Amino acid sequence: MEASPKARKLDIGPPDYRQFLHPVVKENYGQWKYHENLRPGVLVHVSETGAEIYTVRAGSPRLVNIDFVRRICDLADRYADGFLRFTSRNNIEFMLPNKENIDPLIAELEGMGIPVGGTGKIIHNMLHSQGWIHCHTPASADASGITKSVMDELYEYFTAKELPHRVKIAFACCTACCGGIFWSDIAILALHRRPPRVNHDYVWRVCEIPTTLASCPVTAIKPTYVDGKTSVTIDEDKCVYCGNCYSICSACEIIDPVNDVLSIWAGGKLANARSEPMLAKLVVPSLPSNPPRWPEVVSAVKNIVEVYAQNARKYERLGEWINRIGWPRFFELTGFEFTKYHIDDFKHAGQTYKKSVQLKF
Amino acid sequence: MVDKTEMLDELEKGPWPSFVSQIKEQAEKNPISRDLLRQLEQSYKDKKLYWRHGGVVGVWGYGSGMIGRYSARPDLFPGVAEFHTVRLNNPSGWFYNTKSLRQMCDIWEKYGSGLLYMHGMTGDILLLGTTTENLQPCFDELSSEASFDLGGSGPGIRTISCCVGPARCEWACYDTLDVTYDLTMTFQSEMHRPSLPHKFKIKCSGCPNDCVGAILRSDLPIIGTWRDTIQIDQEAVSEYINGGFDIVSYVINRCPTQCMRLTEKELGINDRECSRCMHCINVLPKALRPGKERGATILIGGKTQLVEGTIISSVLIPFIKLTPPYQEIKDLVNKIWDFWGEYARGRERVGEFIQRIGLGDFLEGMGIEPNPYMVAHPRENPHIKFEEYYREGD
Ligand code: SF4
Ligand code: SF4
Repeated sequence: MEASPKARKLDIGPPDYRQFLHPVVKENYGQWKYHENLRPGVLVHVSETGAEIYTVRAGSPRLVNIDFVRRICDLADRYADGFLRFTSRNNIEFMLPNKENIDPLIAELEGMGIPVGGTGKIIHNMLHSQGWIHCHTPASADASGITKSVMDELYEYFTAKELPHRVKIAFACCTACCGGIFWSDIAILALHRRPPRVNHDYVWRVCEIPTTLASCPVTAIKPTYVDGKTSVTIDEDKCVYCGNCYSICSACEIIDPVNDVLSIWAGGKLANARSEPMLAKLVVPSLPSNPPRWPEVVSAVKNIVEVYAQNARKYERLGEWINRIGWPRFFELTGFEFTKYHIDDFKHAGQTYKKSVQLKF
Repeated sequence: MVDKTEMLDELEKGPWPSFVSQIKEQAEKNPISRDLLRQLEQSYKDKKLYWRHGGVVGVWGYGSGMIGRYSARPDLFPGVAEFHTVRLNNPSGWFYNTKSLRQMCDIWEKYGSGLLYMHGMTGDILLLGTTTENLQPCFDELSSEASFDLGGSGPGIRTISCCVGPARCEWACYDTLDVTYDLTMTFQSEMHRPSLPHKFKIKCSGCPNDCVGAILRSDLPIIGTWRDTIQIDQEAVSEYINGGFDIVSYVINRCPTQCMRLTEKELGINDRECSRCMHCINVLPKALRPGKERGATILIGGKTQLVEGTIISSVLIPFIKLTPPYQEIKDLVNKIWDFWGEYARGRERVGEFIQRIGLGDFLEGMGIEPNPYMVAHPRENPHIKFEEYYREGD
């Protein structure tokens, strides 16, 4: 039944967050004095007033169902007076005024197969793009599956095992980089290796030619006529397989299960602590995409984590450690092969060449 | 029951909670989820996706907040022939109570797949998968009964998100939750009826640790900072030292500006030299805190890869105090939209626009004076485009 449009309220905005703050949070708003990481996944925040709130952080697969949300709500009702929050990395946080509730809550979470962890110098919950679940442009790899496979392998680093500093991992299934990968300590990015195949029967029907031309970062696309219809051609020498034209014009088919690969990046950092934010750099240009568990990718990521764990100093983020030891040493320690593809040849590429003789042998 | 899912079953193994189990549980009772599971298994077998290219869907009065999605094989997977996403603007800091979440779940059970992302990368709740027909009634109930509204999509301001802020963090240098809520309410119309050259994201982090990644994930990051001196509790410093914590190795020697000193168990900081990086405060949370004169640094231009490459935001306003009603921020946002809206090329993010025209001209357009805090260093090439010179006879 169509309600009358006039009866509808527009632009009410999101619910006001104030109603969602636990009374202890509300009373001590802006008055927190310090906090401590009691164990992975458990924090205590102490207020100027002496009040305390205990936070239990639990990992989630991000893609959840309504019954999962309801079960989480049951726990929040039982242990946190009906309040809960989520973090920017898809964890669930329960804030408990009562210390006695920590252990029973953790026991229940663990009984439900939900890991407690993700605080302090450990591996954080992975961020990822949408992949085959819901996106129309991913290269031939699935975001949720790779995330699950990597987190399974690194599970103990989320729940218990301390590292020199925190490690943030992300996955993106195309160069749109929805997973926010370039500021991650370790990133996995699916890439194409072959120019798009243009379907000339289709371009004139589904694509706006000027936006398609403008979408290309290297001006590889030119307008043309094929059998009297407007279409585009792609200069294969110029194309860098970014797939942006495909996201604009579906007749520029670029997804290719035979050729698409997974690349690994390392050393990104977003916080300003010690060093300034920096972008991740390429460490492995291409690994095969092997569903359902992507073993090659998982072992490359684990390799980086383990080498970092053994070699970095305390409070040194992955990228800071690499900057200290130098990239030649990183490739030596990890055993990754350094190839021509590691050398930038895009815009302003020359800025990344080594311009001194300060070399460690 | 669903068909055999041999590939996906592999992803139910292992200790990390499985998204496949989440879908399967819903598939038992929901036909949309059932066909999502079947189509996903097919994707895993063939190593390719089965979604057709987007499509525009929406609800009455809104030009954003819903993403159209259609199966490429509706003949095989009729349950996901239409599988649209609804973006719900998350409350500031992702705080909820269980009543509100349960209401949302009940409505989503009625109208959709029962699957959702908590949360999407921009911060919204993403309700995954419903039909075109269900969009309007689903939205109507979410809005009138659960008090949720849609988030942003398309070329407009997107859903704003923020860190936990003063609700539970002693480092928050301004009220990130309130700024987020206030700006969100102020720009409702612009969010729901997008008309900018491209998307525009604002993120609010309370301190330079930047827990929501504002500096890279938003066009206009607002990152808390302080202008005076770090607050030191010398007794707490002694407690760390007496407890055996190696302050010299882990704090003093790691300070990037080398502005800290330890004298007879007193910690000194030369605050004029401190770059407000947060390291010492992070490591000694009981002893050190940001100063008292708090505010934020506003940056501009962050974005990820496509089209012109990843850009880390750069400083626009080195320090600003933030007090309600945050009029300076609102004026700034409107000024940016006017200038960028007028001179940008189609689908040009504000960071790309600034790279093309130069930060100098952008500042002029904004009426902001250049300031050495805005650059890592002055230019290294001599091609200065002087705008004035004398002609013969002047
Ligand atoms: S894939 Fe990217 S580089 Fe290649 S033609 Fe398309 S837009 Fe241009
Ligand atoms: S905030 Fe950073 S720069 Fe300032 S004193 Fe602490 S460690 Fe040094």
